[in-house]
Amino acid sequence: MGEKVLMKGNEAIAEAAIRAGCRHYFGYPITPQTELAAYMAKRMPKIGGVFLQAESEVAAINMVYGVAGTGKRVMTSSSSPGVSLKQEGISYIAGADLPALIINVQRGGPGLGGIQPSQSDYFQATKGGGHGDYRLIVLAPSSVQEMADLTAKAFDLSEKYLVPAMLLADGTMGQMMEPVDLSGISEPEKAEKPWAVTGTQCKRKHNIINSLYLVPEQLEQKNFERYERYKVIEENECLYESFMMDDADICVVAFGIAARVSKNAVVAARKEGIKVGLIRPITLWPFPKAPLAQAADKVKGFISVELSMGQMIEDVRLATECKKPVVLCNRTGGMIPTPEQVLESIRNMAKEGK
Amino acid sequence: MAIVFQKPKALTDAPLHYCPGCTHGIIHRLVAEAIDELGIEGKTVGVAPVGCAVMAYDYFACDMVEAAHGRAPAVATGLKRALPENIVFTYQGDGDLASIGMAETVHAATRGENITIIFVNNAIYGMTGGQMAPTSLPGQVTQTSPYGRDTATAGFPIRVSEMLATLDGPQYIERVAVNNVKNVNKAKKAIKKAFQNQVEGKGFSLIEVVSSCPTNWGMTPSKALQWVEEKMIPYYPLGVYKDRSAEKEGK
Repeated sequence: MGEKVLMKGNEAIAEAAIRAGCRHYFGYPITPQTELAAYMAKRMPKIGGVFLQAESEVAAINMVYGVAGTGKRVMTSSSSPGVSLKQEGISYIAGADLPALIINVQRGGPGLGGIQPSQSDYFQATKGGGHGDYRLIVLAPSSVQEMADLTAKAFDLSEKYLVPAMLLADGTMGQMMEPVDLSGISEPEKAEKPWAVTGTQCKRKHNIINSLYLVPEQLEQKNFERYERYKVIEENECLYESFMMDDADICVVAFGIAARVSKNAVVAARKEGIKVGLIRPITLWPFPKAPLAQAADKVKGFISVELSMGQMIEDVRLATECKKPVVLCNRTGGMIPTPEQVLESIRNMAKEGK
Repeated sequence: MAIVFQKPKALTDAPLHYCPGCTHGIIHRLVAEAIDELGIEGKTVGVAPVGCAVMAYDYFACDMVEAAHGRAPAVATGLKRALPENIVFTYQGDGDLASIGMAETVHAATRGENITIIFVNNAIYGMTGGQMAPTSLPGQVTQTSPYGRDTATAGFPIRVSEMLATLDGPQYIERVAVNNVKNVNKAKKAIKKAFQNQVEGKGFSLIEVVSSCPTNWGMTPSKALQWVEEKMIPYYPLGVYKDRSAEKEGK
């Protein structure tokens, strides 16, 4: 058993990344993820790592692309407006089939938006924020412990499938302090990376890191191959938490901070005799469709609780094939739904059809 | 049998796609000769741009990375920070380096990244069919300046070497040309020095190569070389703009 320490979510990500063997970090200042960069700036020089404050988010993600090509663990972090700027580089990293980790500690938008927590980059993260046919592996932590654990997990998945990964957190997760145990996180064994550009030593044909295919048949084939890998990820890597779902008539669906709020509401509703449960997607892509599809045969309806105008709700409807009603319970622009608001939404659904 | 001329080892056998009379071929060769002579092919990683040289990754025999438009210095920064013992160079055109990638260029320079940049300035966007570049001359007719570059609305050409030389970060900045044998020889020397600096850990070196684009300038290759001499070089004077090792020696 390791010792628990009190850490901010942003710092937990940074320390977890270092423990997982990441020695290259590139970022640009933006609220509310600043502590992460500050932590890296302090720690990296002491452990022979690289911290570089780039001239822009655009440059930072392209530095990530460069390191990723060498096969070394690399990450960048930002918040919503900055992550928009990174989309060009993310598309290139995905197109070149490289592993990398991008952290988005979301804030309200669109535009400059605000600096309070939000989940309104769900579409951008899960549907391809940049151009072209690609996916990111998207993980959504709901506690400071998960900020750390899922950071390490994201590196592993990204390298296993050669698909860039994103940790989709929010301002609350980044700023809140909780006890966290980091003793389970360690550097994986070095794997062979025959595709990496580390110099040919004049002993092999040159490696090329590239996403350009001017012959359309070749580009199509590349995309087909990538989507075959995506299929395997969808089959094997879905993560979710199921809470009080065994006998539930109503299913609340929420991730990240919204799931914590929702859990309180579910417990309160149970005390009122309402049979309600919670499914919390931990991977947002691949989206845990199976448990939702199963629930659709049992419950009378779903409540999607989000810090946005309703983005994940579309995936809930797709996963449940609209068999049951799906309603939205939300706040946006940096506001967080209260447990009372979610409880009221649960009560309303419980009343219907009685 | 004595071999008097052969392809540098640092170039692959892939046929170049460049237009007749284009000087990219010469510049590729000079880069490859420098790599050969310094014996660094096996530890070199090159970064190709977006533009005419986009497929440079097929031509250089060392490991290569294709960057997004203008981002080569940022990609090279990542590569060099991850592989400090390797040699990292970028090969970029004027639109790539001086327009969309200006921020990446200036900041890699001011950080003094220990990389080598080969900057090919032919005053036009070649790959997309001849649009106005940040280095197009005043009055120069291009597809997007059909009445000639009007400095009142399109501004003035950027002299990259002079501008970067004002920074404290760079080690070595020189502008050369490849329009005649004498200049090609000077260009060769400069390019080799830019790589040698990196081998010695001296920091950021950029060689601006004034080049021609007969196809998009609408000239014969020989007329284009004449235009380099008569129009380009007067606006972009050749020479060393910064050399910290010479400064130290009190030259």
